[in-house]
Amino acid sequence: MMKRTIPMLLAMAAGIVMILAYFFPPLTPLQDKTTVWFNILAAVAFILGGGNLLKVHLKKVSDRREGWAYSMITLAAFVGVLAIGLFKIGVNPLDEFPAQRMAGDFRAEGSGFWYVYEYVFAPLTATIFSMLAFYVASAAFRAFRAKNLEAILLLGTAFVILLGRTAAGVFLTDFLPEEGILANFRLENLTVWIMNNPVTAGNRAIMIGIALGTASVSLKILLGVDRSYLGGGD
Amino acid sequence: MYEFLRDLDRRVIFSLMALAVAVPILLQITPPEKATPIVRDAFETIEALEEGDRVYMAFDFDPASAGELQPMATAFVRHACEKKLKIYFTALWPVGPQFIKNAERDVISRDFPDMVYGEDYVDLGFKTGNEGVIKLVANDLRTQYPQDARGTPIDDIPMMEGVASIRDFDVIMNVSAGYPGTKEWVQYAVASAPDDVKLVAGCTGVQAPLLYPYYPQQMSGLLAAIKGAAEYESLVLGKYGRENEPGMYQEGLRRMAPQLSGHILMVGLIFVGNLVYFMARKRGEA
Repeated sequence: MMKRTIPMLLAMAAGIVMILAYFFPPLTPLQDKTTVWFNILAAVAFILGGGNLLKVHLKKVSDRREGWAYSMITLAAFVGVLAIGLFKIGVNPLDEFPAQRMAGDFRAEGSGFWYVYEYVFAPLTATIFSMLAFYVASAAFRAFRAKNLEAILLLGTAFVILLGRTAAGVFLTDFLPEEGILANFRLENLTVWIMNNPVTAGNRAIMIGIALGTASVSLKILLGVDRSYLGGGD
Repeated sequence: MYEFLRDLDRRVIFSLMALAVAVPILLQITPPEKATPIVRDAFETIEALEEGDRVYMAFDFDPASAGELQPMATAFVRHACEKKLKIYFTALWPVGPQFIKNAERDVISRDFPDMVYGEDYVDLGFKTGNEGVIKLVANDLRTQYPQDARGTPIDDIPMMEGVASIRDFDVIMNVSAGYPGTKEWVQYAVASAPDDVKLVAGCTGVQAPLLYPYYPQQMSGLLAAIKGAAEYESLVLGKYGRENEPGMYQEGLRRMAPQLSGHILMVGLIFVGNLVYFMARKRGEA
């Protein structure tokens, strides 16, 4: 009961309050209170997430499962950065409290946390993201084939967008006038048209579909039909 | 030739891409940019504000997407400073506060030293809760932010006077790399008061198609990817540019040259790839 029924009733009550408050403005304070609880729970989830990460990787290391060395690196990085932030290692004290090092901002320039962020975290994540360009180029060469009509349309659109999003688009169709019907065929204008019309129409359809699906799942959760979020498999 | 192209090693493609990106950077080529209507609308929305108007500057991104988003964040902050707007920085991503610190250090402290913390700009910091934060800010900002990132109670911050909810801001300026981001700002902040809340946003290229449906009704303007940043920079520089502008105000424009050569290479690779495909079909290999 404590593990399933009460959490389910709490979720149902919170969901119903949020819906009712939308239609009955006097319930807005209650809605705000519910949102505050949600935000507090989200903060607690950070701690749970950290605990879970420790549990999973410690288990992997203790079992010597494949890739356990990577888990060691993950654990060392997690504990190291956490300690640097929590104990404010390398933090300079504020001018107002020169004797109180712990009163300083742990993110301020020159602190240990700042060094880790600037010289480890930021370059690593940027590097991983930028490698995408190389893999996309290789994949485009091998897989982007004009095999049928749909693929040809996709290919044509890709060419227009790739060129239209750069100065090449302006250069290639510069011979077309800037005003009148022919101006619509300038690559930069064609790009905007594609993004504003076919792309937007397609996305609106997807968004409406997602909204309907979300409403349906939400209703199932509110009515207690879907309990998968409580864990346990049903 | 056919065999060479068919068996082209991917390391050759990687090298070509590296050259396509590196050469324009080394040669410092900057192609001209002309603002598209969606970017011009974002610029004009900020231009229409009066001195002292309030902007809610939400930095919802991380270093992975900083290559695309940092130039537009810098351009947004610079534009707001030039207009003498009151800036309220926030972040919904845990690493967002670092970008607020960068904006404070690189733009405000360096080029607008007269701006006073607490009177002209304030850092409200990071809050966990994703759209929950936005939902609460839409009705009651003071409950969500009882103090700023430095620990000062907001009742002691002069520029927080008269600020109760998102309706008290003239524009939300959001730079977003995903969830939570622009979509959530539209759904929970703009939707709460469509007539009172205006939003201009900057996003990654991948996100842009998902956000176009919100323009122009729910979103006054959108900067999509590095091209959007470059267009916005060209507008800001056109209006407020000075001699010997620091490079950080032209980062978007500078990155358009590697993007141009990279895109041309991609088009070339796709073309050659298809040439190989049709040759293989003709030979009965595909």
